[in-house]
Amino acid sequence: MNAIDMQPPSPVEAALAHFPRADGSRTPYGVFTSPEIYALEQERIFRGPTWSFLGLEAEIKAPGDFKSTFIGDTPVVMTRTDAGSLAAWVNRCAHRGAMVCRQLRGNAMSHACVYHQWRYDLEGNLFGVPFLRGLNGQAGMPADFDRAANGLRKLRVESYAGLVFATFSETVEPLADYIGPTMAGYIDRIFHKPVEYLGCTRQYSNSNWKLYLENVKDPYHASLLHLFHTTFNIFRVGMKAHCATDEGHGMHSIIMAIKQDQGETSAAYKDQKIRSFDSGFQLEDDSILGLIPEYEVLATNHIQPIFPQLVIQQIHNTLVARQLLPKGPDHFELVFHFFGYADDDAEMRKLRIKQANLVGPAGYISMEDTEATELVQQGVARDADATSIIDMARDAPEQSDTLITEKLIRSFWAGYQKLMGFGAAVAAEG
Amino acid sequence: MGNVVDLGLRQELLALQDAYISTLDTDALEMWPDMFVEDCLYEIIPKENFDLGLPAPVIHCDSKKMLRDRVVSLRNANIFQPVVYRHFISGLSIVTASHDEVEMRSSYLVINTSQLGQSTVYQTGRYHDLVVRGADGWRFKSKRAIYDTSRIQTALAIPI
Repeated sequence: MNAIDMQPPSPVEAALAHFPRADGSRTPYGVFTSPEIYALEQERIFRGPTWSFLGLEAEIKAPGDFKSTFIGDTPVVMTRTDAGSLAAWVNRCAHRGAMVCRQLRGNAMSHACVYHQWRYDLEGNLFGVPFLRGLNGQAGMPADFDRAANGLRKLRVESYAGLVFATFSETVEPLADYIGPTMAGYIDRIFHKPVEYLGCTRQYSNSNWKLYLENVKDPYHASLLHLFHTTFNIFRVGMKAHCATDEGHGMHSIIMAIKQDQGETSAAYKDQKIRSFDSGFQLEDDSILGLIPEYEVLATNHIQPIFPQLVIQQIHNTLVARQLLPKGPDHFELVFHFFGYADDDAEMRKLRIKQANLVGPAGYISMEDTEATELVQQGVARDADATSIIDMARDAPEQSDTLITEKLIRSFWAGYQKLMGFGAAVAAEG
Repeated sequence: MGNVVDLGLRQELLALQDAYISTLDTDALEMWPDMFVEDCLYEIIPKENFDLGLPAPVIHCDSKKMLRDRVVSLRNANIFQPVVYRHFISGLSIVTASHDEVEMRSSYLVINTSQLGQSTVYQTGRYHDLVVRGADGWRFKSKRAIYDTSRIQTALAIPI
């Protein structure tokens, strides 16, 4: 069932990166800097046996609605067909390679390349070629030119709970199986009723895309880097927690932090003299930290990466589908798709917008993330074979109720090694 | 009425803008909230959302308290590369004006200089402002920075 298992290790890949351990606890820094590895990732990951997140169905509600986006660094377009189904295709004219769709989003019942006006339907089929039969007896396209065989590169598209994914792969399992039952349960938690798209914000970082994936699989950093969390009792390592991966390749994951009385965890921070604790600090307007119960589990944080390009986020009452796009070995872009529920009342919608202050490029509890990933990028400019240490809670693989753990990161790197052909990993931790 | 009055008003509004950007460009953040009235709106929102009538912001504060909270958080809780902004404002246009309330728009450019000494265009956009005259002179009732530079480089800590 898992197509990733079919990738054979190869000496060529082995020469690109050496992972000294199979369990993902030592990652060579070269994976963050090498153009060769980046190029291989485009083939093995983004065009490999994975499903990449493109956007929300709520962004393209009407027939003809479209959005330009990317799978890896390949430009693609997702669109709603006249029949109401979803389609996606590579945004490159079959003729001479120009980008066909030049707008971020819009509505069109067909798409024409401006260069020579080759025209395609919403599914990517070529139907218009100017001067196909020539003009006034002069030759046009050859008699053997077959429009049906020369459309745009079509992608497999599926949606799960209103999230649109596409893949280049003909062999990857259906989307629901790729997500797996454990992760599907957490997606269902957030996407249990129709959502409304509220707009997006974009952030560009001078660091490798995988550093961001490490970040969203790293509950250990949350209360240490993001002082806002601890200062205002939003998120502490002593909170009730849940960390888990999918049951397949182990590269999807969930971190949930669940609210409980914080008395004893404050004491734990004081005891350790960690800079994160500052008891004398109060907000004048603390409505930004409100939490209107919406779900069975009262989590302040739900952070769920679905490999490779989606992170689902619920922080208090802000809801975001973050799209992670690699832009070369040392850059990535994040697109934060904000959403609410279609049945939000005015008060709830107001709170979601207010709590947008917590997340995104100016977010009180997120602005440090790109700072941290860029510090790593700068730190690893040399010494491609030196490795990071990803050991926290390595002796306790069964623990899933702690935030002081790096097991989700280890599971990610173990899966990555396998997918990239960097060597077979042992069974991922539970 | 006429040109004389308009020019006087214009000078007052330009002075307000200059005072506003100097709080940001000279690291006088504690004075930034005082450019607003208590019951105010301050927002930074991408043009992309503004044009579609979508509300998702980068920063959205609906009271002066929230502005002060942002400053306290930046000074005490958040970690970011030291920022040196230089704001340039141009093309002031007055949409409506009464004795004590003016709606105005202008274009802005923010150059950011890194610790390594590189200056880059950090953000361009348009201010949509509503200003009111009070005991202390003109203050912002509403200020929306609608930015063109949709890809925010690294992070946005200091307001625009």
